[in-house]
Amino acid sequence: MIKNIYVFGATSKIAEETLKNYAKDNANFYLVGRDIHKLEIVRKDLLARGAGKAEVEACDALDWEKHSITINNADKTIGQLDLIYIAHGTLPENEGIRNNQMKVIEEFNINCTSVISLCTVASEYFESKGKGTIAVISSVAGERGRQSNFIYGSAKGGVSKYLEGLRNRLFEKGIKVITIKPGMVDTPMTKDFKKGLLFASPASVGKQIYKGINVGRDVLFVPGYWKLIMGIIKSIPESIFKKLKL
Amino acid sequence: MEFENYLSFNKYPKILPKEVLIPSWLTELDRIDLRNSILCYGKGKSYGDVCLNEDGTLIDTSNLNHIIDFNNKTGIIKCESGITLKEILEFVVPKGWFLPVTPGTKFITLGGAVANDVHGKNHHSAGTFGSHITEIELLRSDKVTYKCTKDVHSELFAATIGGLGLTGFIKTVEFQLISIETPFMYVENIKFENLDAFFDLNEESEKLFPYTVSWVDCTTKGKKMGKGIYMRGRHATKSEVNKSFEMKDGALPFPIEASFINNLTVKAFNKLFYSKQFSKLSTQIVPFEPYFYPLDMIDGWEKAYGKNGFLQHQFVLPYDNCKKSLHQIFHEIVNSGMSSFLTVLKSFGEVDSPGMLSFPKKGITLAIDYRMEGEKTLKLLDKIDDIVAVNNGSLYPGKDARMSREHFHKFYPNFQEFLKYKDPNFSSSFYRRIK
Ligand SMILES: Cc1cc2nc3c(=O)[nH]c(=O)nc-3n(C[C@H](O)[C@H](O)[C@H](O)COP(=O)(O)OP(=O)(O)OC[C@H]3O[C@@H](n4cnc5c(N)ncnc54)[C@H](O)[C@@H]3O)c2cc1C
Ligand SMILES: NC(=O)c1ccc[n+]([C@@H]2O[C@H](COP(=O)([O-])OP(=O)(O)OC[C@H]3O[C@@H](n4cnc5c(N)ncnc54)[C@H](OP(=O)(O)O)[C@@H]3O)[C@@H](O)[C@H]2O)c1
Repeated sequence: MIKNIYVFGATSKIAEETLKNYAKDNANFYLVGRDIHKLEIVRKDLLARGAGKAEVEACDALDWEKHSITINNADKTIGQLDLIYIAHGTLPENEGIRNNQMKVIEEFNINCTSVISLCTVASEYFESKGKGTIAVISSVAGERGRQSNFIYGSAKGGVSKYLEGLRNRLFEKGIKVITIKPGMVDTPMTKDFKKGLLFASPASVGKQIYKGINVGRDVLFVPGYWKLIMGIIKSIPESIFKKLKL
Repeated sequence: MEFENYLSFNKYPKILPKEVLIPSWLTELDRIDLRNSILCYGKGKSYGDVCLNEDGTLIDTSNLNHIIDFNNKTGIIKCESGITLKEILEFVVPKGWFLPVTPGTKFITLGGAVANDVHGKNHHSAGTFGSHITEIELLRSDKVTYKCTKDVHSELFAATIGGLGLTGFIKTVEFQLISIETPFMYVENIKFENLDAFFDLNEESEKLFPYTVSWVDCTTKGKKMGKGIYMRGRHATKSEVNKSFEMKDGALPFPIEASFINNLTVKAFNKLFYSKQFSKLSTQIVPFEPYFYPLDMIDGWEKAYGKNGFLQHQFVLPYDNCKKSLHQIFHEIVNSGMSSFLTVLKSFGEVDSPGMLSFPKKGITLAIDYRMEGEKTLKLLDKIDDIVAVNNGSLYPGKDARMSREHFHKFYPNFQEFLKYKDPNFSSSFYRRIK
């Protein structure tokens, strides 16, 4: 039973929609993000929906030193953690930044390095407790590098690969590692996109993630049909793929 | 067309904004420049142009959907204005609460419910949505957020309820829920022969049932003109549903199973109240959703009208002279052969609407869909408006795309008073059409 939850990127729409489901179960939350005012809105919403406790702390993903501090603070404030849920991310305009070295490094730091940093301290925490679940939002974009989105995609790909290994390593210690791979979701991140048929609502994605975490799935494509779509995309031989406009 | 998703429900008129802003958080509103001309857009479930702002700015409120506070003891809830009635229901129904008033779709926002001061099947017993609001936080272009209640900034409160989005940005709304024992409805469907029979049945039903509405046939002439089906209902009690039924979080028993229906109680109730002169079609215990939101279950039905869209026209006629003028209007409609399948007849009750521009007032209201066939359709509606005007009736702006300026001013004598509270930078295509 997941009762005490630490969330990094708690103001993400997908994270919020996941947490609403846990609020119904009266879970306790430690909400971390970079904007304290937005966190406060999320906190009140979850409390109204049935959360036991909900506390907030401000931390930027690039504030490396603070990562472990927030996890320790969470443990002190809401009790031993059952779930560490990592949801933050940014979706850069690929063409606009691909030749901008500093921008590319920064995007990588937010979408990959900071996630791995948080997972490192999360593993350490759960190893010391002997149990727990780490759930991370990666993306279907990490399945294959495409010219339109390879900076974000490769950062997410790095996260997915890292989690694969971590899951393997922590398996015998009884710690679960869950890789969440959403397809396109209608959230502030995709605000400027034209919304086609493949867009899912954050509420349905959040619910599927909630269910997936609770049953302890290893890899979770949400919605599920993305597994098929990405399977096809991955099966295209590189010699052909490099010529495609994807 | 860049903003083609930002039309109203009936896709008429086809006019587009210059830009659309989509704030993700309430805290971002302080950074939005509320410059002329600006208008909030909820889910665009209005018919017509109250939610349109040609060549202006629309603010899409759909991300502002948080619950701010909820008291399970009193049933008072406060939410951000972009939350939908659907989201509110999903949250409150399992806790034994329900909306005090709901329109025929749950896909609208709280802000939209306030700005059109929406009414439901229980108008005769509960008034409009606005009657149940305890506080509105309104952001105006002067960058001040006004906390409005019946007592504080009371004029702004009254102007904002039914204010067609023209008084500013409704940030949050606090209102009173009603308590229910089950998520089911006890419903009786009764056939009536013609308009006169409707009036008799309605008089009886209003006393017995909090929710009443009828579907009428607008195509039959002669003695059976205005025949239809009367649907009256109330929230079902636990004993009617099943003794073992428990309200609990997250586990609504949908779809309903036959075993939930306790026929004995239904029959007993029927014996007591059923009047002989009407032929009963059925008595049912149904989940609240098909009862309140039958159209929500038919995805995209509105597209059946084709690319020109359609018009909905809803008027109210006060009781004096009402039978006669309704007959007159029915003649016009039936003879034109233009009405379509959705025709809803209902009575509005005594409860005064709290908004300066609220539409409902005591009398009979009729809502009809018309396929948009250009001049022909517009002429018929003008004719009906004339009859409505002569008989001191009124028209629903939330469902209007074409009423004349003159008629609007006749229907809404408070408009000049309202203008004192209108925000100078908020405007809509509707406003510019009728001002
Ligand atoms: C199938 C169907 C059935 C319906 N049945 C009924 C019914 O039974 N009774 C009834 O009364 N109506 C009914 N309606 C009409 C509908 O309930 C109203 O038009 C409602 O106002 C739509 O809400 P919305 O959120 O879609 O707002 P929109 O249509 O987007 O906007 C409506 C108005 O609200 C304003 N507004 C929206 N949000 C804000 C905000 N945050 N601050 C300030 N202004 C705001 C807009 O500017 C606009 O003037 C029905 C509509 C449909 C499609
Ligand atoms: N939407 C999609 O289509 C989609 C598809 C696949 C995967 N994903 C992934 O899903 C996750 C959630 O995204 P979302 O769709 O819910 O979008 P979102 O609502 O825009 O959430 C993004 C979140 O990341 C946070 N964030 C960004 N940079 C940060 C930083 N430097 N430090 C701390 N927090 C930071 C943002 O915080 P602020 O609120 O302070 O800006 C915001 O809470 C992301 O990992 C995203 O990559 C999304």
